[in-house]
Amino acid sequence: MAVTGAVMLAYLVAHMLGNLKIFFGPEEFNGYAHWLRTIGAPVLHHGWFLWLLRAGLLTAVVLHGVAAYQLTRRARAARPVRYAHRRARTDYATRTMRWGGVILALFVVWHLLDLTTGTVNPHGRPGQSYQNVVATFGTWYGNAVYGVAMLALGLHVRHGLLAAARSLGLAGARAERALRATGTGLALALTAGFLVVPVAVMTKVVS
Amino acid sequence: MPQAEPTPPYARYRLGEPLVDTAAPGGPIAERWDRRRFEAKLVNPAGRRRHTVIVVGTGLAGGAAGATLAEQGYRVEQFCYQDSPRRAHSIAAQGGINAAKNYRNDGDSVWRLFHDTVKGGDFRARESNVYRLAQVSVEIIDQCVAQGVPFAREYGGLLDTRSFGGVQVSRTFYARGQTGQQLLLGAYQALARQIAAGNVTMHARTEMLDLVVVDGRARGIVARDLVTGRVDTYLADAVVLATGGYGNAFHLSTNAKNSNATAIWRAHRRGAYFANPCFTQIHPTCIPRSGDHQSKLTLMSESLRNDGRIWVPRAAGDTRPPDRIPQDERDYYLERLYPAFGNLVPRDIASRAAKNVCDEGRGVGPGGQGVYLDFADAIARLGREAVTRRYGNLFEMYQRITAEDPYRVPMRIYPAIHYTMGGLWVDYDLQTTVPGLFAIGEANFSDHGANRLGASALMQGLADGYFVLPPALGDYLARLPRDASWAVDADHPAVHDAVFAVTDRQYALLSNNGDRTADSFHRELGALLWDTCGMARDADGLRRALERIPALRAEFWRRVRVPGSGTALNQALERAGRVADHLELAELMCLDALHRTESCGGHFRVESQTPHGEAARRDAEFAYVAAWEFTGTGRAPVLHREELTFEHVHPTQRSYT
Amino acid sequence: MRLTLRVWRQSGPEAPGHLAEYEVDGLSADMSFLELLDVLNERLALGGEEPVAFDHDCREGICGACGMVVNGRAHGPEPTTACQLHLRSFADGEVVDVEPWRAAAFPVVKDLVVDRSALDRVIGAGGYVTAPTGSAPEAHATPVPAADAERAFADAACIGCGACVAACPNGSAALFTAAKVNHLNTLPQGAPEADRRVLSMVSAMDAEGFGGCTSAGECARACPAGIPLPTIAAMNRAYLRATRRP
Repeated sequence: MAVTGAVMLAYLVAHMLGNLKIFFGPEEFNGYAHWLRTIGAPVLHHGWFLWLLRAGLLTAVVLHGVAAYQLTRRARAARPVRYAHRRARTDYATRTMRWGGVILALFVVWHLLDLTTGTVNPHGRPGQSYQNVVATFGTWYGNAVYGVAMLALGLHVRHGLLAAARSLGLAGARAERALRATGTGLALALTAGFLVVPVAVMTKVVS
Repeated sequence: MPQAEPTPPYARYRLGEPLVDTAAPGGPIAERWDRRRFEAKLVNPAGRRRHTVIVVGTGLAGGAAGATLAEQGYRVEQFCYQDSPRRAHSIAAQGGINAAKNYRNDGDSVWRLFHDTVKGGDFRARESNVYRLAQVSVEIIDQCVAQGVPFAREYGGLLDTRSFGGVQVSRTFYARGQTGQQLLLGAYQALARQIAAGNVTMHARTEMLDLVVVDGRARGIVARDLVTGRVDTYLADAVVLATGGYGNAFHLSTNAKNSNATAIWRAHRRGAYFANPCFTQIHPTCIPRSGDHQSKLTLMSESLRNDGRIWVPRAAGDTRPPDRIPQDERDYYLERLYPAFGNLVPRDIASRAAKNVCDEGRGVGPGGQGVYLDFADAIARLGREAVTRRYGNLFEMYQRITAEDPYRVPMRIYPAIHYTMGGLWVDYDLQTTVPGLFAIGEANFSDHGANRLGASALMQGLADGYFVLPPALGDYLARLPRDASWAVDADHPAVHDAVFAVTDRQYALLSNNGDRTADSFHRELGALLWDTCGMARDADGLRRALERIPALRAEFWRRVRVPGSGTALNQALERAGRVADHLELAELMCLDALHRTESCGGHFRVESQTPHGEAARRDAEFAYVAAWEFTGTGRAPVLHREELTFEHVHPTQRSYT
Repeated sequence: MRLTLRVWRQSGPEAPGHLAEYEVDGLSADMSFLELLDVLNERLALGGEEPVAFDHDCREGICGACGMVVNGRAHGPEPTTACQLHLRSFADGEVVDVEPWRAAAFPVVKDLVVDRSALDRVIGAGGYVTAPTGSAPEAHATPVPAADAERAFADAACIGCGACVAACPNGSAALFTAAKVNHLNTLPQGAPEADRRVLSMVSAMDAEGFGGCTSAGECARACPAGIPLPTIAAMNRAYLRATRRP
């Protein structure tokens, strides 16, 4: 879980930074989207890099999900009887890992249908990423789905980073505090960085 | 002659043959242990698998013995009533463990530890045994360090030591305030390794209820599986009891709630002599009881007396809160009575003084059973931080239990039963008077005489288990016949007899259907013992107890109510059986205390004191071990005396004034 | 004071259980939680009912025998063992739920008593130093930096009560196992067996049916000995290192 989580986290950081190019206008953003397909050229054929990346990410997502499923199964088997006296767990982020993960997985499917294939996008023109984005965030449900997902992402990353570091044995007693701060910082940065786009569309900063 | 006046029937004991420790080697004291080990017969390593040894108890002594015997190749069947061998009450020892390492170069030596222990025991221990204990102490520390016991260390990486209990050398090794825990975990881990290797069969939650004696030799035990209620016989070539002391006869003590005397008492009934049962130790710094519901007492390390000042109000019946009592209306009685030692007088003296001021009506707290231990001066002198550094965890523990903040309000303390020096009589080989039955650790009487020094219980438990028992037991096993005559099976009449005794008693308890719980009898017995056989004893009180105990025992068997069945986990049944045995043992304790008309160590007879009110020993009459032989429940036992001779440490009267 | 107890009653491992309600009156705030159960049991016994079975022994917080989930928390609301929990932590008239440790690896024996022998088997898999009696070198032969000794002690303080497992939403014994692994692996005496220890203890832990660690942190919050969560990370580090070495 830790390794696949780290792969996806690295991707998310790059993705979030790339998104911010939207503030430089349609030409630059669409140009950036086009450039993504030319990475690796001329060694790689047009779009190959992106497909390799997608394959890698898909593997990570699947493995991450399978591992989560196995952990959950194991947890159910290890704790078959619940306490009659229910008590909420102390830390909200740890409580939402499982359902947060499911929400994120569903979001990714919608997100791909929306902005990669354009299937459910109101604009839906390949090569016009900027316009597609603006179209999505012009709808109320687009904003709602995206907003919920990004909050879930923040919580998931906040706990996930720390948990991953612990699994990999990186969190010593001293490193613990630094990692906790990094996790929270990264979670905030990602959530804010991703949310600033729909907010900008809503406030017509980007249109 | 110490023949007691024959008032209660039980007090009419008979004097039997003197007892001699035939296993003790002669020669210079420093060579005796080497000589004994050399003279011991060895069991051929290949033949050890054929020998089965039962070890009952998994504390420091039992855990160490089980692990060591298994390492040597014997087959070990080990028992404990707890759910895991890691929980035995050795785990609660706080202070530390003595060893004559002389790492401080402060003049310590095997001779000095030997000398201190004999003197501290008020000259009622055997010199040979104590010398061996001091010798072995050195190896114990090596062994424990090798096992990964995290002893406190100096910055240079070497082991730290401290001085403990008023001793003038720094020979006590410690692991914060949890030395017992860490040493026990060391022994437990060694045992766990042997369990995993299949060399020890561990029977947790299984309680020994009787001893099987065949042709005069211990050949096994009868034990009850506490989960299923199954009563089974386990046969072996030798039986080792490491079941701890009998302090819980007093109901309230610092022992674990389930610590009990059943194993040693059942062994006593099967022929093992019981030595010095009246030698019980009282610890002065325990948290006083808070009400009738009290189930046990909690000890706080004696080190608190290094900086705390003990006082009570000058006037009886003064119920003002402590901060309202001005200095000149306080009585710092230890400092007043013992100016040279002040608050650091030995345990027994501090305890008795507390009892005296409470008897005068000057005690503090609920029921007037407490004295103040005040840190106000220490905090003013050293600063709160330094006090926290030294005693922080103890203050926390005190506050958790009493909800009072000892930084602001003086602690309240009161003495409590803590340790029993008496136990099964054993020879130099730790063998009881039943051949093949060995007793180690607190279960035997051997090394502490009439009073145990601080940090010596852990030392003795581990010495017995790791180093003393294994060669002695090997010698016993090596001399056993190797033919069919030695075989014994579960159909032997002695086995039937023991099983029947156990099931019969269990049936009697379960079917009685009375109107009192076993606990209520235990509380009543405890209160009686504490009053008559506690910190101060006199003939009148002891005779009263000897009248009352048989009546209480009869009432117990008439009125006790044990709910539930014998074929499942039944903690009420477990407890009732233990209380029944305490009701028998208590009688012997009082008789021993009545017959020993001298004061010595933890045994203070009001009739035998110096003009200053200190304990007065009477060596000419009482320099012996009192070993009692069982003759029947409620029937006067036979006293066998083992004379003690002192060649190296000459008896002197203790004086602290 | 008065409390209403709802206690898990289960007559045997296979028997169905239920929460039984008892009113207990005339209590003192200075009583420990186990003394409250003593009072209840005395009353039940005299009424001919079976007392509530619960494990307990030293009653001073060190033996690790006692353990029950009080109002959804392992050992109750205070950061200590059930035997050191006092009634002053409850409000007069409060309803208090008392349940056994819940984990597949800790089957219920009766009422509040569970079988924790799985923890012993995890220790048996490698939670020791192989140092047969008599084989030890002189204690001062190997100096140990005071800080290492302190660190080892902090982990060695584990009392083996199982609260970490009971509190963990995954039923994981990672904190327990890590405490022993780190105690011994930190010391030079434990170093030669360090790799084998962590590999075999972790595999024993998994084989006993404990769940996996997801870093929920409930174990460290429930731990009466104060074993901190990073202890698990240290075990994971040792584990990964051990798997990489031949």
